[in-house]
Amino acid sequence: MSAPAAAPPAAWADLTPSRAALRLASRIATFCLVELQRLRHDRSELVTRAIQPILWLVVFGQTFSRIHAIPTGTVPYLDYLAPGVIAQSAMFVAIFYGIQIIWERDAGVLTKLLVTPTPRVALVAGKAFAAGVRAVAQAIVVLVVAALLGVGLTWNPLRLLAVVGVVVLGAAFFTCLSVIIAGLVLKRDRLMGIGQAVTMPLFFASNALYPVSIMPTWLRAISRVNPLSYEVSALRALLLGLPTNLWLDFGVLIGSVIAGICAAAALLGRLAR
Amino acid sequence: MPDAITLSGVSYRFGDHQAVRDVDLRVGAGECFGLLGPNGAGKTTIIRLLNTLLPLQGGDIHVFGLDVRRQAMAVRRLLGYVPQQLSIEGALTGRENVAWFARLFDVPRRERRGRVEEVLQMVDLADDADRLAAGYSGGMVRRLELAQALVNRPALLVLDEPTVGLDPRARDSVWARVQDMQEQYGMTVLLTTHYMEEADELCDRIALMHHGTVRAAGTPQELEDGLGAGSSLEDVFRHYTGDSLTDPKGGLRDVRASRRTARRLG
Repeated sequence: MSAPAAAPPAAWADLTPSRAALRLASRIATFCLVELQRLRHDRSELVTRAIQPILWLVVFGQTFSRIHAIPTGTVPYLDYLAPGVIAQSAMFVAIFYGIQIIWERDAGVLTKLLVTPTPRVALVAGKAFAAGVRAVAQAIVVLVVAALLGVGLTWNPLRLLAVVGVVVLGAAFFTCLSVIIAGLVLKRDRLMGIGQAVTMPLFFASNALYPVSIMPTWLRAISRVNPLSYEVSALRALLLGLPTNLWLDFGVLIGSVIAGICAAAALLGRLAR
Repeated sequence: MPDAITLSGVSYRFGDHQAVRDVDLRVGAGECFGLLGPNGAGKTTIIRLLNTLLPLQGGDIHVFGLDVRRQAMAVRRLLGYVPQQLSIEGALTGRENVAWFARLFDVPRRERRGRVEEVLQMVDLADDADRLAAGYSGGMVRRLELAQALVNRPALLVLDEPTVGLDPRARDSVWARVQDMQEQYGMTVLLTTHYMEEADELCDRIALMHHGTVRAAGTPQELEDGLGAGSSLEDVFRHYTGDSLTDPKGGLRDVRASRRTARRLG
């Protein structure tokens, strides 16, 4: 080390929009890399987190396939369920990030991150997409299990790439939701209670387990504003070829992620205090 | 060259509690400056104000001439910060922990690897750099935090009670490295500590805080002479703050943070 930096890199405010976007992408990549490094050092979490989605597929999926209780047209129920389980496991991965950010606050890590030249929006976006990386690793496990159970999935690489995009966006949104709740409740135990109270209703008020057409009217209305429904629809279209408006699905997911990042970033200061 | 830090009329209130009251301070470039005071004196609040974690409510703070209120991002680029808590990511190796902060401070890619290696060697962790940080001892964690704080070559190093909970040998090791770096690179150091002998030995100047105000400031020698022949810095501390050296009264948050750090250190 020679001397303190004479000409530090430009502050965000001095950057052109394209360079600011590049720097934002660099921050997101940094958080994703850190997440991959964490995963590399502790692969056991991938296995333990895979148990729940596997139970949904193997126990719930196979049982309900036999009793034909849920009308899914010509698509076997297990096939219909698999994209819902992928979206659900991504949501459950993401919801832990609120707990993680409170842990980071208590351990002083968040404080140190907030003192780096990283705008809060970039910090939240980094965390959100890092959750996406973990959710994709989880989705791969679920896809393999689904394929072993005989689910007729597409193996088209472009479609699978789009699936990765949908899973990342879904996880990013639910991470933001979790950070928003963390910013409001500020304590881990409260977040765990409220997190459950939010995620389970979102899961049941979506098309993850059953089609919207069999829901009561009030539940349909909730499902229509629930980003999880759009995530599941997009996954079903990409993996099984079921009809949906992919533009709408991606539009809702991208819009939700942007709104979520802004809201979570606005609340991050409460955690820092 | 502007002063490293100037505080003018700085006040901060947490609800009904006035944590900092009308504080004026000046820290020259290249100085090692100590903020001393019992728990709840306002030291950490001042640090959190100048490193942009808390929004300024009253007064002004400048870091190397940059306004903390309006140029927060530029101020952060000049800082290296070690908080009270042990704040490393245990699921990453020592090297990964440092490289993470090198990226967050936009250290150019071509320099990054060398810079990370350099600071790891500086804090004597090069041989353990590829072990998970969760397995480090308390002293090693603090040295790793120093490496993280130095990887961007900060002009101002801020250390908030960096030796709390460490055994005497680990404390000596941390301070030895801080002194080496300050001598080598001429950076400004702002630190808080409860250990008077450390402050006496390390700091060029000291400010004694109590109940959110600065009660006395000067070189350790000036403060000791001001109290009378044969006085120690500990006597000065007791004189200005009452008998509160071991009094845990004050910010519950501070006490909790210190206990948490001590617990994690075993």
